Amino acid sequence: MSITLYNYVLSGNCYKVRLLAKLLDITYESVAIDFHPGQEHKSAPLLKLNPAGTLPILVADENIFTETQAMLVWLAQNHDTSGTWWPVNNSDQIANVVQWLGFSSRLSATIGELRLNSMLNKAIDVDAAKQGSQQSLRELESHLCEQRLKGLQWLTGNNPTVADIACFPYTALSPDAGIEHDEYPSIRSWLHELRSLDNFLTMPGIHELHELKSIDGKTP
Amino acid sequence: MSGYEHALKYWYPIAMANELAEGQTKHTQLLGNDIVLCGNNRGSADVRTAGKPLLVQSDYGHVWTTLSDDPHPLFSIPEASEHGRRFVPCGVVRVSCSPLRAVENFLDIAHFPFVHTGILGSEPHTEVYKYDVNIDETADEVFATNIKFFQPQASKSAEGGIETEYIYRVPAPMAAVLYKTCPPKPEYLDVIALFVQPLDEETCDVWPWMALYDDTSSMADLIQFQQLIFVQDRSILENQMPRRLPIDPGHEIPTKADLTSIAYRRWLKKRGAYYGAFEGI
Repeated sequence: MSITLYNYVLSGNCYKVRLLAKLLDITYESVAIDFHPGQEHKSAPLLKLNPAGTLPILVADENIFTETQAMLVWLAQNHDTSGTWWPVNNSDQIANVVQWLGFSSRLSATIGELRLNSMLNKAIDVDAAKQGSQQSLRELESHLCEQRLKGLQWLTGNNPTVADIACFPYTALSPDAGIEHDEYPSIRSWLHELRSLDNFLTMPGIHELHELKSIDGKTP
Repeated sequence: MSGYEHALKYWYPIAMANELAEGQTKHTQLLGNDIVLCGNNRGSADVRTAGKPLLVQSDYGHVWTTLSDDPHPLFSIPEASEHGRRFVPCGVVRVSCSPLRAVENFLDIAHFPFVHTGILGSEPHTEVYKYDVNIDETADEVFATNIKFFQPQASKSAEGGIETEYIYRVPAPMAAVLYKTCPPKPEYLDVIALFVQPLDEETCDVWPWMALYDDTSSMADLIQFQQLIFVQDRSILENQMPRRLPIDPGHEIPTKADLTSIAYRRWLKKRGAYYGAFEGI
C-alpha cells in the first residue's frame, strides 16, 4: 500500500494524520507544502488534487482524501489491528465516535482560525472566533467531566479512538491563540492522557512530557 | 534618549521581497506606529506612516524601513552575496512577546534539548560547554564563539547526530545572526538570521531568513524545518514573565550557560536600547 501525505508542519489538521500514523506505526511519504509564506496549497497542481485548496491531502492507494476525518478513519480501518481506534464492531460506541469527529470540525473552525490569526496574521472575525472557541471548549469540558464521573478517560469510552485524535490538536493548541487551559480541568487531564500514549508524536506548541522520564530513561 | 527614540534609528523588516504585487497594499505596525505599504514594480514597496513617506531598502530577502530620516546603516551580512548559497526567507510569525525576548531566545543554547527535543538537542546531552562572548568594539556587535553542542538533526540536510559548532552575532538590538556547521559541507557555515519587527513593546513579527549550502532539500522542506523550530519556541516566549526583557541585573538570576544573554542585556543597557525592556516596578 502506498500512502502520501501532503503536509504542513504547523497545521493541526495535518498533525492529526501524522499523530495517528505514528501511534499505529504506519509508514507514509510526506511531501512538504509551502503553506506559509508560499501559499502553495492554492497553486494549480495542489488545486488539481484538492479543489478546496486546503491541507492536508492524503493519497492512499486509489483514494484522494481531502477531509481529515476520512483520513483518520481510513488509516484506522486499514492499519489498526486492534479494531479499537475505529470501533466498527462496537455499535454503542461508533455513533459517538462520528459525533465527536463532527465536533472536531468546530474546533478547527474556531480555535484553528483564531490560531492562524494570532500566529500568521490571517484576517478573520476575531471576536466571533474567540466566542466560538470558548463555547466549543466548554462543551468539550462538560462532556469530558461527565465521562470522568462514569470512570471513562476518553471521549467515547475507555479507549482512545479517531475521535480523540481529531479533537486533540486544536484543543491542545488553544494557548497559541491566547486561550489558556486553566478553566478546563477535565480537558487538561484528557490532554495529559493523550500525550502519555506510547509512541506519542509532538508538534510545535505541543511539547513532550519530559516529567514522565526517570533517570534510567524508563517511564515510571 | 528614551528607549523609543533609540529604537527609531534602526531599520526593520516589514515584508518579504516580492511579497506585494504592484499596487497591492498592506497595513502593519512599527514601534506602535501604523504603517502602510504599497507594492511597486521593483519587488519592493513604497512605505508611509501617517501620510509621510519613509526610507525603504531591500536586502536579505526583505523590505526594510525606518522611522528615522537619519538612521544607522543596515548591518552587513557578507554571506548574503556568496555564490552557491540558497537564500530562504521563511515568512513571518507573530509572537506576543517583547522583541528583545525573541532575540534573546534565539541566542540561547541551553533550551535545545528540552524545547527542540530530537532536533537541535536531546537528553542526556544537555551540558552547555564553556564558550566565549565578546563585544566587538569596532563593529559594536555582540559575538559568541567556540560554542559546540550535540544535535540529533542540526538542519534539514543533516543525516544523523553531529557535534555542531555555533557562532552568534547580534548586529542590532532586534536582529541576530547565527553561523553553524553545514552538515553536507563541514568546512562551511550555514547562516540563519532572525529579523524582528517590533509592532510594539510586547508584540513582534519575526522574519527568519537563511543562507544555506543545501542543493537537495526542497524549498518547502527548508522553510518548514525553520518554522518548526521557531514555533516550538513561540509558546515558550509567550509565557515568559515579565513580558518585557529585564535588563538590569537582579530581576532574573542568570547561570553560566546564559553568558550570551548576559552580554546582550548589558550591551542593550549601555546603548540605551530600552524599547521592549522591563524597567522594574
